[in-house]
Amino acid sequence: MDQNSAIILPEGSIEKTTTTLNVGPTHPATHGVFQNIMQMDGERVVSTEQTVGYIHRAFEKLAERRPLYQITPITDRLNYCSSPINNMGWHMTCEKLLGVETPKRVDYLRIIIMELARICDHLICNSIVGVDTGAFTGFLYLMQYRELVYEIYEEVCGSRLTTNIGRIGGFERNFSNTAFTKLEKFLKEYPVALKEFENLFNRNRIFMERTQGGGAISADRALAYGMTGPNLRAAGVDYDVRVHNPYCSYQDFEFDIPVGTTGDNYDRFMVRNGEMWQSLRIIEQAYQKIQGFTGAEADVYHAEVPAFYLPKKEDVYTKMEALIWHFKIIMGETAIPKGEVYHSVEGANGELGFYFISDGGRTPYRLHFRRPCFIYYQAYEELASGAMLSDAIITLSSLNLIAGELDA
Amino acid sequence: MSLTNDIVLQKLQAAFGDVIVNGGEPYGLLTVEVPKAEIIRVLLFLFDDDTLKFRFMTDLCGVHYPDEVGRELAVVYHLHNLEDNVRLRIKVFASINEPDVPSATAVFPTANWMERETYDFYGINFVGHPNLKRILNVDEMDYFPLRKEYPLEDQTRTDKDDEMFGRG
Repeated sequence: MDQNSAIILPEGSIEKTTTTLNVGPTHPATHGVFQNIMQMDGERVVSTEQTVGYIHRAFEKLAERRPLYQITPITDRLNYCSSPINNMGWHMTCEKLLGVETPKRVDYLRIIIMELARICDHLICNSIVGVDTGAFTGFLYLMQYRELVYEIYEEVCGSRLTTNIGRIGGFERNFSNTAFTKLEKFLKEYPVALKEFENLFNRNRIFMERTQGGGAISADRALAYGMTGPNLRAAGVDYDVRVHNPYCSYQDFEFDIPVGTTGDNYDRFMVRNGEMWQSLRIIEQAYQKIQGFTGAEADVYHAEVPAFYLPKKEDVYTKMEALIWHFKIIMGETAIPKGEVYHSVEGANGELGFYFISDGGRTPYRLHFRRPCFIYYQAYEELASGAMLSDAIITLSSLNLIAGELDA
Repeated sequence: MSLTNDIVLQKLQAAFGDVIVNGGEPYGLLTVEVPKAEIIRVLLFLFDDDTLKFRFMTDLCGVHYPDEVGRELAVVYHLHNLEDNVRLRIKVFASINEPDVPSATAVFPTANWMERETYDFYGINFVGHPNLKRILNVDEMDYFPLRKEYPLEDQTRTDKDDEMFGRG
């Protein structure tokens, strides 16, 4: 019997020296539906068992009965804090399989939306870390800027959270002037707020003492656990899909990859903050490049892929060819090559991969989502064991676990 | 010298001979097929070799091919050499009557949940896995839902039959 334990049992007792604590499935600290069954010794976490699957929706099975363009709304619901990245990752997977080349302007428009999504995701994660350490202010102020981004989404695609943004080949419509005006407003106002947010947290004694050293992981262990994205970079590994396997013309942009050293909660927070600044840089460059297009190029918002890109509705009503394509796309009569393709994008949480096996049918034969959250959540037991419960909760939020991405 | 698919394939074939079946390079990603008895040795070789250095497991998932008798279930590994930025896809096939595949958890700890997920949906029995139980589905479930014999929709519907989905 462990004499150092908070609970001393009489000889021969069948009771445990630990207390079982259920954090979740619905708990304010989990920020999503998943459960942790913790064995507690007083305030200290001895071990924890993570249970996932509470919002499992069988996306991979669903995808096997859906034509490609109907899979986009499914991907919305993976990491729902940054749906556009999932949507576009899926579109790019299809484009890779179909051999579609997108025009530069489409790539840049996509990058603007994807980086806005990354900012949104990091903004939520970091301000929630603030809330869990007892600082509500950051959350309250930054949330207003997410609203500005959602207004841009709304202007581009009509919806806000589960966006279903874009189509195979590009966007369903061109960006309106209002969208660009809103983007300018965001680019002007957000850096000010982010700077204020950083002033509030980065060198804040209380915040640093709460987060430094907590939930630390070495680069070696992080790689062994398959971590990617900001969580891996916080441990000091500069792996970023945008740089290693550039997609969507990311090679045309100048940006840095922020890395940490200790892989603890503070470094994860700092890496995400750094990435928000880099995303702003990328968006500004992309916006400049877009303004540089002239003539017919300045209005391009989709690739010429009539076999997969739905024609405009007014053309469907008035032009024979458009009507035929519309019919063929909806009835699934456009040819999809056989083959298998793996495509990954840098999601807000790491490498978001799509493994797509096509047998030439209208729907995928098999579609597997590599969900970064699901993979790195395994590490939580190692990160939380031995920590105080209140620190384990910060670790939970600084990993940015999104239930939708855990469960698929 | 940067690592290329050719070098990877040559080194694999030099070390294991004919058991490595070249599956081509669909979309630039070298794919090899390995007998399931050899998979752990191959993964270890790829991990330990000083030039190959496939030390990051990106993904592991299952596939069901009901028509390929004797090799109905596939496990697909995606490995990544982060230093040279080379990816590799490995496939292992197993019979549905004896769906045993050695577990990769000893080489890649991250395979733990991925194998549980694959077991959960395809019933592939990862031999040597420390905790092989269902992960996303309920524990009471007594079938493996991603296998092709479980159709997604009501099969009496004629407006959505397979013929209309390009396979019939």
